Amino acid sequence: MADTITDPTGAATATSNAVQLSGVTKRFGDVVAVDDLDLSITDGEFFSLLGPSGCGKTTTLRMIAGLELPTQGSVKIHGEEMGLRPPNKRPVNTVFQSYALFPHMDVRANVGFGLEMRKVDKAERDEQIAWAIDLVEMGGMGHRKPGQLSGGQQQRVALARALVNRPEVLLLDEPLGALDLKLRQQMQTELKNLQREVGITFVYVTHDQEEAVTMSDRIGVMHEGRLLQVDTPEAIYERPTTRFVADFIGRTNFLEATVAGRDEVVLANGDRLRLSSDHADGTAVAVTVRPERLTVHGRGQAPDDQHRIDGVLESAVYLGNAIIYTISIDWMRLEVRCPATLAGHRRSAGDDVTVSFEPEHASVVVG
Amino acid sequence: MTEVATPGLELQAERAESRRGFLLGLPAVVYLVVFFVIPLGIVIAYSFATRTRTGRTELRDWNLEAYERLGESVVRAVAFRSLWIAVASTLICLALAYPLAYFISTRKPATRNLLLVAVMIPFWSNFLIRTYAWRVLLDSDGLFTRVAAEVGFGDGRILFTNKAVILGLVYGYLPFMVLPLYAAIERIDWSLVEGARDLYASGWAAFRRVVWPLSKPGVIAGSILVFVPSFGAYVTPAILGGNKKGLVGSYIVDQFMDARNGPLGASLSVMVLAVMLIGTLVYFRQGGRNL
Repeated sequence: MADTITDPTGAATATSNAVQLSGVTKRFGDVVAVDDLDLSITDGEFFSLLGPSGCGKTTTLRMIAGLELPTQGSVKIHGEEMGLRPPNKRPVNTVFQSYALFPHMDVRANVGFGLEMRKVDKAERDEQIAWAIDLVEMGGMGHRKPGQLSGGQQQRVALARALVNRPEVLLLDEPLGALDLKLRQQMQTELKNLQREVGITFVYVTHDQEEAVTMSDRIGVMHEGRLLQVDTPEAIYERPTTRFVADFIGRTNFLEATVAGRDEVVLANGDRLRLSSDHADGTAVAVTVRPERLTVHGRGQAPDDQHRIDGVLESAVYLGNAIIYTISIDWMRLEVRCPATLAGHRRSAGDDVTVSFEPEHASVVVG
Repeated sequence: MTEVATPGLELQAERAESRRGFLLGLPAVVYLVVFFVIPLGIVIAYSFATRTRTGRTELRDWNLEAYERLGESVVRAVAFRSLWIAVASTLICLALAYPLAYFISTRKPATRNLLLVAVMIPFWSNFLIRTYAWRVLLDSDGLFTRVAAEVGFGDGRILFTNKAVILGLVYGYLPFMVLPLYAAIERIDWSLVEGARDLYASGWAAFRRVVWPLSKPGVIAGSILVFVPSFGAYVTPAILGGNKKGLVGSYIVDQFMDARNGPLGASLSVMVLAVMLIGTLVYFRQGGRNL
């Protein structure tokens, strides 16, 4: 069974670009929603546009769909310039945040709408509708109206309605936003499996970093209309390049620093760290280290090959599976996340400690 | 104790609630009974009453004679003329109002309100006066007639014809079509149209398959609001139609005032009411199914 599933990385090695945005800018009056965006999305990839609300991610998606036209720049789908093409002439389909199911049509009519518009004949259409309804496990619900379905079921119908057209690219605009947490997590897995199964390029817009990290082959982080970083979820998490990306995805510590040469930065306390960056000497940067990458030792007991900072333990919060220590160092506080230990082995407030981290777990960020 | 008392209290509260509701509605109920239900009862009673040789209506010897006379060709011709004029007026109103309502509901909210006020401006002056104004315009040397001739629109002398009546009805009732249509179209979630466009529908197909069916409640409400008063119209045909060709409204008035045939006037009134009521019910039923 598992062998029949298309390997997403295998598909990603094909060099063709499903979607190519070049210099795309979108202005609404004086507001720049999307600012000079360049992005290539590989064929067969699950790509997420991640960012807070108002960052331009939905506008970007709508420009691919043809629901908005770029003020400047070009949108290509499989190498073909989309130009002024209306949405109905583009080889993409959208799953809307609000689902946009037609309230006056039953599930089958909703799912079959795209096929009907493309004048697929009745027998073929019925077969495809049945396939799509089955795919999203909505069998037996074909004659219900959207108003008679739960949020999760509506979401599935919206998905089936788009997938039944076998688009070259499927655009999803926060499709899980309206669902409760449990259902959302279940749908995340199902969506990812579905994408592997049908082998269609997914462009997924979300503000939920966990969702993006869980499902995506690659993530593009957007902020104020600009694409800050495009990379695999792991690279985005482990090697963020900007302060915004580091902060938006997971929790982190920022240690203010200054660049001193190609592979050295100086922390605020004068400590020198061997970290490479592309920034000019004297640039103000920050060194970011995730709380779980920091280790707490008794004062002076940290291994020599790690970077060490002395401090005083301020508080310990027990979370069940972890403990969060807040450690006060000379010029700021650090958050450290450790696996939970039994009560007797825990450090307590007031302890003199040394915090250490491997240099490769730290990143230099700007902004 | 309390467990026994609770349902009783609830019942008392419910009764008090419904008593309050009744009292609040009472003034309107009294008004409607006195000025609507009782007169309607009188009309129905008249329709079965006896007409004496002198033209008096006497409430005795109840009979169906007045209803039998509804089958006469004169009455039928009057009813059908009224019907087609009302249908034509309704369809013309719909054709004019739909694009306008669509236009208004797709403007910015501030512009929308301004345009809606503009639609309602005619209500600020009296209907009778506005209808007389048309008479001036349609006069043989009136502005409308001269402009029509000037632009090669043919003979613009339509005063005292059915065309003039339809023109007057459309003019008078257009806002009644625009407003419900606007309310219906404005309510439509535009992401549905985007959804349709995304699913390969052309602009026209998206309209036909999504906007039109979802605006149907407005089409139905507007059509009823225009059709019902057009069917029974009296003032407009009297002023612009010259009453050479009778319509239902003027025919009923004639029966009471000139022909002194109360029962026939009453039976025709009852028929008109019944037709409108059945039409409305059927229309609503159909609309309800489509939603």
